[in-house]
Amino acid sequence: MNASNRLDAGPPHAATVLARIQESPTIFTLQLRLDDAAAQAAYRFAPGQFNMLYLYGVGEVPISVMSDPEERDLIGHTIRALGRVTRGLAALKPGDRVGLRGPFGRGWPLQEVGGCDVVLVTGGLGCAPVVSVIHYVLRRRERFGKLVIIQGVKHAEDLIWREQYDRWAKLPDTQVLVAASEGAPLWPWHVGRVTELFSLANFDPGCAVAMMCGPEGMMRSAADALLARGLPESRLYLSMERNMQCAVGRCGHCQFGGAFVCRDGPVFNWGEVKPLLAHKGF
Amino acid sequence: MLSSQSDRAGFLPLAQLPSLLAQLRERGYQCLGPTVEQGAIVMREIEPPEDLPRGIQAEQTPGRYRLTSDPLNRYFAWSSGPQAIKPHTFAPKESLWRVERDETGSLQFAAVHPPVVRQAIIGVRACDLAALALQDAHFLREGRRDAHYAQRRDHLFLIAVQCAQPASTCFCASTGDGPTPTAGYDLALAELADGFVAVAGSDQGQAVLDDLNLAWATSQQIEAARQQGASAAAAQTRSLPGRHLRDSLMSRLEHPRWDEVAARCLACGNCTAVCPTCFCHAEADTPALDGAASEHERIWDSCFGEAHGHLHGFNVRADIRGRYRQWLTHKLATWHDQFGRSGCVGCGRCIAWCPVGIDLTEEVAALTEGQP
Repeated sequence: MNASNRLDAGPPHAATVLARIQESPTIFTLQLRLDDAAAQAAYRFAPGQFNMLYLYGVGEVPISVMSDPEERDLIGHTIRALGRVTRGLAALKPGDRVGLRGPFGRGWPLQEVGGCDVVLVTGGLGCAPVVSVIHYVLRRRERFGKLVIIQGVKHAEDLIWREQYDRWAKLPDTQVLVAASEGAPLWPWHVGRVTELFSLANFDPGCAVAMMCGPEGMMRSAADALLARGLPESRLYLSMERNMQCAVGRCGHCQFGGAFVCRDGPVFNWGEVKPLLAHKGF
Repeated sequence: MLSSQSDRAGFLPLAQLPSLLAQLRERGYQCLGPTVEQGAIVMREIEPPEDLPRGIQAEQTPGRYRLTSDPLNRYFAWSSGPQAIKPHTFAPKESLWRVERDETGSLQFAAVHPPVVRQAIIGVRACDLAALALQDAHFLREGRRDAHYAQRRDHLFLIAVQCAQPASTCFCASTGDGPTPTAGYDLALAELADGFVAVAGSDQGQAVLDDLNLAWATSQQIEAARQQGASAAAAQTRSLPGRHLRDSLMSRLEHPRWDEVAARCLACGNCTAVCPTCFCHAEADTPALDGAASEHERIWDSCFGEAHGHLHGFNVRADIRGRYRQWLTHKLATWHDQFGRSGCVGCGRCIAWCPVGIDLTEEVAALTEGQP
């Protein structure tokens, strides 16, 4: 995959489904490999970037890459079956083909962390774009301070990767805080709003970077809580979602003020988007 | 036009207008020009014998466009039609790539390249050229040229004509984009009673002019053209404030006027369809009936459509208030962040073609009332 292909509006590369994993009743993960071995070998992405996945004859959807950036044999996407394309993708089996172009956009500012703590705040399926950050940090553990993973879901059964959260919670210098607005029998975590957990988060506000992904209302509340803890605004980042069709800043659907979310984001510094996030319907 | 190059202006007598088109055709250009179709001026191929409509004016008021007769019997008395250059560079619908699937299920993707067509358009206005420069900034962005747009753009020859009779909906003088073309053309004409003052704006334009063997325009003719432009500017009654509107509009995002205009707006998208700078497009797939192939197309889209802000399970701009606000603030405010200027060139098409006659200049005045 050369640079001009990655940057252009298409056409996609053919890719084969290696594995399909059901994560929850509506959430599944596709592990893909580009059919062109050279393109697969050359594929690189930064955590927080996304690909456009194409379902034959139906269309494309933007999906963030959740696999490990050092995993060179496959490209992983976790998807919720909601629309025409994603419901079709949910029906794929190993061996089936899709189209893939990417990666697109600006990823998380992992270079800026510089030995400080990493606070990850996610809501709902917002966990997918930051799972690659978790992998990134765990593979390079000595470069980072404490890792705090804060995850909120609406219903307890929405929590995917439950075993992984249990495993991460046992790692040194790693804290996992999970909340469900509606609990379930044997739910081991907090029942209530995820923002109620921020006072428990163990990080140094003077040396930390926070990354958020999820519903905008949740991110606004989380930002208030983190800033109240003393985290500087310049160290707070979020990943935005908008309708994206071209992925190269051309089709206009993802515009958020002057920004094209697909090209200038999806990861933004809090200060860049804060003024507009206050206005519903932008 | 008629400023830096006016010393090199030629004069094209009315009777020689067909030879200009013949010159272009000889150079391999398909000639597009004004024709009357369904009661409007539209750009269509002009076939020999060259037959441009004459003595037609376009009367435009909010929500209204009517062709009337021009007492001066000029060729270019109509101010603007619903479209000019945009459909010829940014196609309303075109295939970007296609994919074939064989029996084994394997997919073969291939880019679709539009055929090379050399087009010359006669009768584009200063506002259209300003809009084209903005479309160029978007589609020919450094490092990310749109191949489809670029191919058409590279083979375009533009003959601009000074607007002598602006419509009541025109306000290009206030946006600084007209009514006299100053840049972006191959040839520019100013129509006088007996012919055209003609200047070249490119090497290709100069070559065409040279081959026409025109006499020099006299200083009286050049002065008449200049005065005609000045009168056309002075005749415009609508305007946008000359200052940068970004901060004014972005600080009024919760102004009650948005609700008021939303109550009138039908969200039909006419304004975005006729706007020469709007660039939004949807991408959609059309599978072949036999299931063996599928085309991936892009189609002009509008931020007034419900699908524009659709996002898995909810709509970012669910109501018309949000969509009108998105359109107006993008066009006049955040466009500055993206392209270094406003996205409005003062052509007034959105006013004339709005079925309920919403007037953008009036909305801006109401939204920014009382601000310095």
